[in-house]
Amino acid sequence: MSSALQIVWVYPDLLSTYGDRGNMLILAHRAKARGIPVETVEVRSDQALPEGDIYLIGGGEDGPQALAAQRLNADRGLHRAVDRRAVVFAVCAGYQLLGNSFFAKGAKCDGLGLVDLHSDRGETRAVGELAGDIDPELGLPMLTGFENHGGRTHLGPGVKPLARVRAGIGNDGVGEGVWAGTVIGTYSHGPALSRNPALADLLLRWATGEENLAAADDTWHTRLRSERLGAAGLV
Amino acid sequence: MTEKKLPLRASLAASVSRTAAALSRATGRGDGSVIGGKIGMMIDPDLLAHLAEGRRIALVSGTNGKTTTTRFTAAAVGVLGDVATNSFGANMPTGHTSALARAGATPYAVLEVDEHYLAQVLKATHPLVVALLNLSRDQLDRAKEVAMMAQLWRDALAAHPDVHVVGNADDPMVVYAAAAHAATAGTGGVTWFSAGQRWREDAHVCPACGAHIERDETDEDAWRCANGDLTRPAPQWTVDENAVVDPDGIRHEVKLQLPGKVNVGNAATALAVAHHFGVSPADAAPKLGEVASVAGRYAQVDRDGRNIRLLLAKNPASWLEAFDMAEQQPTLLSINARDPDGFDTSWLFDVDFAPLHGRQVLITGDRAFDLAVRLQVNDVPFTHVKTFEEAVAAVPPGRLEVIANYTAFQDIRAELDRVV
Ligand SMILES: [Zn+2]
Repeated sequence: MSSALQIVWVYPDLLSTYGDRGNMLILAHRAKARGIPVETVEVRSDQALPEGDIYLIGGGEDGPQALAAQRLNADRGLHRAVDRRAVVFAVCAGYQLLGNSFFAKGAKCDGLGLVDLHSDRGETRAVGELAGDIDPELGLPMLTGFENHGGRTHLGPGVKPLARVRAGIGNDGVGEGVWAGTVIGTYSHGPALSRNPALADLLLRWATGEENLAAADDTWHTRLRSERLGAAGLV
Repeated sequence: MTEKKLPLRASLAASVSRTAAALSRATGRGDGSVIGGKIGMMIDPDLLAHLAEGRRIALVSGTNGKTTTTRFTAAAVGVLGDVATNSFGANMPTGHTSALARAGATPYAVLEVDEHYLAQVLKATHPLVVALLNLSRDQLDRAKEVAMMAQLWRDALAAHPDVHVVGNADDPMVVYAAAAHAATAGTGGVTWFSAGQRWREDAHVCPACGAHIERDETDEDAWRCANGDLTRPAPQWTVDENAVVDPDGIRHEVKLQLPGKVNVGNAATALAVAHHFGVSPADAAPKLGEVASVAGRYAQVDRDGRNIRLLLAKNPASWLEAFDMAEQQPTLLSINARDPDGFDTSWLFDVDFAPLHGRQVLITGDRAFDLAVRLQVNDVPFTHVKTFEEAVAAVPPGRLEVIANYTAFQDIRAELDRVV
């Protein structure tokens, strides 16, 4: 493995519908700001997943989501990554993929089985501001994001949600996302890390093993956060 | 066509529609392009079909460029006679109804159509030609996925074998939508144009089979599905610098007032459509140069020694085109996320703002903070201003380029006293 931090963006040709590139750019930007050498790798769905430190999976529509699941199950690279405790940050359709099954185009599809959860269809589409209190063990400020999905996600026994919902729907109106080891999934879609720089830093800390990262200039992230939390009625 | 020939109910509906539109304008409630149509259609649900009857019609649809292309096409077809057109960008059936009712009897009509309404408007208006420009991501919190839109277009065309399609050979989504139509035995068929496609992030995967779309290193416009079931068709109309090249290989210089390579492409599309109406490109090309602005877009306004130019950019594809048009001058970016814009600003990360490097960049709008984070991550320095006035004061005399999304654009237009 190279000495630089390897950020792997999984299948942008299939799963990049909502500015998902943002998470890769933000992680790389924040790593560089701390003097951490970083390399970003975009892996197309007809290529094998390389070894990396952080894997990002984005959102997408039903057809590409089902195709991504088939190809990731055939590739096994993400399974090996989770086995060696690499960091995974998955959003929306990418989050659903982590589980045992999900629904796409009206059919139940096999997920990757990396986390004990499954997703089905909700009665309504969840579109709008999403916010929640992140699991206190992670020591992070409130999660804020925008969600746009028709799925509902059910966590298996012993699997923890990333946050408790304060605004929006998330998994089921109560819990939002998942946190299991160094794997995080969330319905806060697209460039979720733009509103949650502390979550970005958590992923960097996990990947580098650094307990503390130097402070970053979060002026604009902070203003954006308070504006959006205000819009969700949470300030 | 005269309105005397309209069925009584349609005639009444058209008249009431015009009155409502006039009232809406007179009372300052709007430009009347939607309300008139709404009221008319309440009286006669088939009003659009009745108003379309007897006219030779072109429809223009696509994610981007349809307002400008409609304007160019109306100017080109105008060589033949009066053209009814929805020049205010009201591109749903109520807007079409208003436009036709307002214009009275005209032999021709050129209508911009929201891509979601193409099937409905094809059915109501039986056009001679439909121009299909492009499909890309837009308003993600409510729009259909791009491949699904292409399928809807394809199905819509299947129901109208006689319509002639003028389609963009550079966009695999458009080619998929029109490919079956090109092969059918109707009198329709397809004319292909090539106007370049800067934004390609929505065309990685073949809409027909899901295989990858392969690009050619040596010919940047060429593309083909890895399975071979969809390939770029050879275009009959192409663009070469500031000229449109017709199917006979003859170059027609277009001296446009509107900036950017994308508008030369829009001109090529308009000439191809007008050609199918029987207008020679040599006659039509000079008409395109008379278009100075389109619903305020590209308009230039002088204020306090600044020459302010307005560019509309609604989605990632149109932002790339706006960067191509804007000069290396101070630039104000304004972003809102109100209802007509879509509430989701995620797409800001689909745009690479690096072309703004080296310019003075100012940002404003309801969602300026989303943009601020994006620019910081893009290493583009910027200043946040609270008002348009503040932006004008912050730049030296000379050109100020303004790039804004839909409602932000309208806000700034209002500030500049409704630039037309
Ligand atoms: Zn194919």
